[in-house]
Amino acid sequence: MTTPFYVSPEQLMKDRADFARKGIARGRSVVVLQYADGIAFVAENPSQSLHKISEIYDRIAFAAVGRYNEFENLRIAGVRLADLRGYSYDRADVTGRGLANAYAQTLGAIFSSGGEKPYEVEIFVAEIGDDIEADQIYRLTYDGSVAVEEGYAVMGGAAENVSEYLREHYEAGKSLAEVVRFTADALGHDGQQVRQVPVEALEVAVLDRTRTRPRKFVRVRGERLASMYDGTEPRG
Amino acid sequence: MTHHSTGRLPGAYLTTGSSSFAEFLSEQAPELLPGRRTPPAASVAAQVPHGTTIVSATFADGVVMAGDRRATMGNIIAQRDIEKVYPADEFSCVGIAGTAGLAVEMVRLFQAELEHYEKIEGTTLSIDGKANRLAALIRSNLAMAMQGLAVVPLFAGYDLQSRGGRIFSYDVTGGRYEETAFHAVGSGSLFARGSLKKLYRDDMSARECTTATLQALYDAADDDSATGGPDLARRIFPVVGVVTADGYQRVPDDEVGEIADEVIAARMRRPDGPAAALT
Repeated sequence: MTTPFYVSPEQLMKDRADFARKGIARGRSVVVLQYADGIAFVAENPSQSLHKISEIYDRIAFAAVGRYNEFENLRIAGVRLADLRGYSYDRADVTGRGLANAYAQTLGAIFSSGGEKPYEVEIFVAEIGDDIEADQIYRLTYDGSVAVEEGYAVMGGAAENVSEYLREHYEAGKSLAEVVRFTADALGHDGQQVRQVPVEALEVAVLDRTRTRPRKFVRVRGERLASMYDGTEPRG
Repeated sequence: MTHHSTGRLPGAYLTTGSSSFAEFLSEQAPELLPGRRTPPAASVAAQVPHGTTIVSATFADGVVMAGDRRATMGNIIAQRDIEKVYPADEFSCVGIAGTAGLAVEMVRLFQAELEHYEKIEGTTLSIDGKANRLAALIRSNLAMAMQGLAVVPLFAGYDLQSRGGRIFSYDVTGGRYEETAFHAVGSGSLFARGSLKKLYRDDMSARECTTATLQALYDAADDDSATGGPDLARRIFPVVGVVTADGYQRVPDDEVGEIADEVIAARMRRPDGPAAALT
């Protein structure tokens, strides 16, 4: 009779965490930042149709890194949760905190269940408030831990290096165009060699407090993005 | 709405495939679907508020929809400032006639359905797709309609492909009919349609088109007791929505009031409204 190998719970969790972390570090980074009119998301993403940043509800957006099929699954679950809550109660009752909680529980349960492989994803859930102080940014990791972020945050790829660059250059209350420019630079500082991230490879979206419609999520693309990236946007 | 004891989102949230909110509801919270209710044994039509007349007309840059403000319950005026024209999404609107409670719920579900699809798929439905979704929602209400609780909306929107306004009407079985130029639904719709027939021109501006719909509602209120006329004492005028390439805009109340004042001033001189040429 063969004796099964004994693996300590610590080792088991460590192996699963290493596995997830490796998957997440393989891709490119996503940055979330507070700017003058709301919250901006900037990602390096060569695809124009497979988004890393998406709208969840009126004031709530989602960004993710890692395995596409896994975070897409979570994104759709988030939209369903938000729409169901908004439909059965009221639009005002859909909160980023509720969504972050549901994600945390789900990721945590998948991570610790023996039968499934852990999700190789990391997620930002952001919600804008009426002013900067009321903004909320949550970071959720593969094991279901939640952290609250302020100012800016980076996940995926060489997050450490990008974060390092942002630490030196980030200031609160900047315009969107300025934020787009220095974040594009930051995304290029992800290794020994500094690269220039072309505008075509940038995915940018904002939760814009100044929008009059209830849905505050807008993608920034095409000419508008190009003029911000080049620094030729009309001053106003 | 209940989560498993672990707090993990239940399976229906994480299954792939459907972009429909109504389909998701039928999995996760079927009690919230209007079509799942048991209809009352006898007709209760006279005991619940009913919305009355909605008119819609296209013009060069889009489409206008207007609705009077009255809800009736048998011979009683249940509400004098009800709103019956709603934006469905950025490029379409829906006006409701019939049982107010069910109609408002149907509009909410329709709005959620369009927004849900847009977020999941990253693109909007075609205007025909939207019109068909609404037909499906109306069809699910057929059992209620048979007990006098019918919902008969009017749907209109700006078609980004053909670059023009389009109007769709429905019957209680979910039949969907595209209308050309103009249409009206609800108790006063016959009079409103007759009025628009004489007033409609295809080269109208947004303001002229709004005026034409207000004239039509005036004529509806003139001959149908369930349709509310302009309430001068309270300054309550129809709700008017305009959909163009720039999206849905509700015409501000003071602007509608201004046009309504012009219409009323002209009716003081000729109570039957503008006269059309004989030939």
